[in-house]
Amino acid sequence: MTPPPAPAPESLTDTPVRASQADITAEIDALHRSFEQRELSGERLPSTVHDFPAYRSSVLRHPTKNLKLVDPETIELLSPAFGQRDVAAIESDLTIQHAGEPLGERMTVSGRVTDSWGRPVANQLIEVWQANSAGRYIHQRDQHPAPLDPNFTGAGRVITDDAGEYTFTTIKPGPYPWKNHVNAWRPAHIHFSVFGSSFTQRLVTQMYFPGDPLFALDPILNTIWRQKDRDSLIAVYDHELTSPEWTTGYRFDIVVDGPDATWFENDDERGEQS
Amino acid sequence: MSVPARTLRATPGQTVGPFFAYGVEYDRMNQVVHPFAPGAVLLGGTVYDGAGAPVPDAFLEIFAADSDGRMPRVRGAFRRDDHTFAGFGRAFTNDDGRYEFFVRNPGAEAGHPALFAAIVFARGLPDKLHTRIYLPDDPDSLASDPFLASLEGAEQATLIAERRPDGSLQHDIRLQGENETVFLAF
Repeated sequence: MTPPPAPAPESLTDTPVRASQADITAEIDALHRSFEQRELSGERLPSTVHDFPAYRSSVLRHPTKNLKLVDPETIELLSPAFGQRDVAAIESDLTIQHAGEPLGERMTVSGRVTDSWGRPVANQLIEVWQANSAGRYIHQRDQHPAPLDPNFTGAGRVITDDAGEYTFTTIKPGPYPWKNHVNAWRPAHIHFSVFGSSFTQRLVTQMYFPGDPLFALDPILNTIWRQKDRDSLIAVYDHELTSPEWTTGYRFDIVVDGPDATWFENDDERGEQS
Repeated sequence: MSVPARTLRATPGQTVGPFFAYGVEYDRMNQVVHPFAPGAVLLGGTVYDGAGAPVPDAFLEIFAADSDGRMPRVRGAFRRDDHTFAGFGRAFTNDDGRYEFFVRNPGAEAGHPALFAAIVFARGLPDKLHTRIYLPDDPDSLASDPFLASLEGAEQATLIAERRPDGSLQHDIRLQGENETVFLAF
C-alpha cells in the first residue's frame, strides 16, 4: 500500500468545520464527567488522557488500545547523562539572546525537579520554549498576526543542580490563538521538556500562570481531567524569587514519576553521573 | 528491601504542541553515532496517524545500549564529539512523516532481546508514548521474551524492526488504527 502524500503541515492545524467555544466547553465538561464515572467504577485512568476529542488534532493521533503494562528493561531505568557543561549559563536567560531587551514582563521561573519520593533529580536537562509577550511563536508555521519580537526567540535550556533546582529568566508569554475551534485561545504557557533519572520518567509538559481566565476553555490543559492535576501545572507567584526593579518571580516544582524499580535504580546510581 | 510509598504526586504530561522545533532541536541530535563511524546503521521509518496519513510534526527519542551490550552512562548525547557513545538520540519527522537515526545495533543484555527504548511525541498527542524497537536478528531471544510472548503476533510485529539488505533498520510507528503500535506503561 502506498501511503497518501503528506499534507502540508500548515493545513493540519486548520479544520474545515469548527465548533464554537460553547460546544468545546460542553464537550470538556462531559468528558470530565465520564472520566469521573469511570474512575468511580474502578477503572484506573492516567492523569493525562490520550483520547480527548475536544482537542481536535488528537482524534486521529491517540492510541485506541490500552497501554501494555511491562517490566522496565535496564536501559529504561537509566537516563541519558547530562552535565553542567552541556549548557552555557546564558542559555537559561531568554532575555539576553539578542542585542536588545525583549518586550514584556521580565520574570524569574525557578523550581525543583524531584522523583515521586522527593529525591532530587540532579544534573538533568530541562528545555523550555514559549511564545513572546504578544503570544507569537518564532516558529515559521505560526502565522498569527501578532508581532514578532526581534529581541526574543523564546527557547532556553538549563541543567538541574545537585539539589534538582533550576532557574530561568524570561518574559511572560501572551495567550495564543489557534484553530481547534472558532476563537480558540491557549492560556499563556511555557513548554517544559524534562529528563528524569530514568527514561521512564521522561516528561514533556506545560507551565501555566495563576488566575488565567482561559483555563476552563482550553482543551489541551483539560486533557488532564482531574482539577488537582491541572492545578499542579500552575506556577505559584513567589515574591522571594523576584528581583527589585528587575523581575517578578514564579515557582514551578516538577515531580517525575517512574515505576517502583526506579526507586532502587536511582538509589543505587545517584551521584555517579557527572 | 521494599519500596516506600510515594510522597509526591507526579506532574502530568502535556502535548509538545505544534512549535517544538526551535525549543528542542540541537546539533546532530539524531546521530547517536557518527554516520560514517564503523558499525553505523540507519534506523528509520514513518509515523502514521489513524487515517494512514504520515505525521509530519512528531519526534522520536531513542535510548539504547552500545553494540557490546554496555549501558551508556556517560555524557555526550547533547554535545556530540563523534566518539563517545551516550546512547541517546532525538529525531523530528520530516514533511513525509519520516524519522531517521544513525545508530549502532544495540547488544543484548543476557537473557533479553536487543532493543531500543523509544518515546513518541507529537502535536495532537496529549502525552508522550513509550514503545520499544526490538532488533529482528535473533528470533530465539525474541521468542523467549515473556513480554513479547504475551502479545498476539500482529501486536508483536509492531515492536520488531525490519532488517533491510543494506543493513539498515526500518520501523514504522502507527499511532492508531490497523496495526497500531504497541505502547507501554511501566
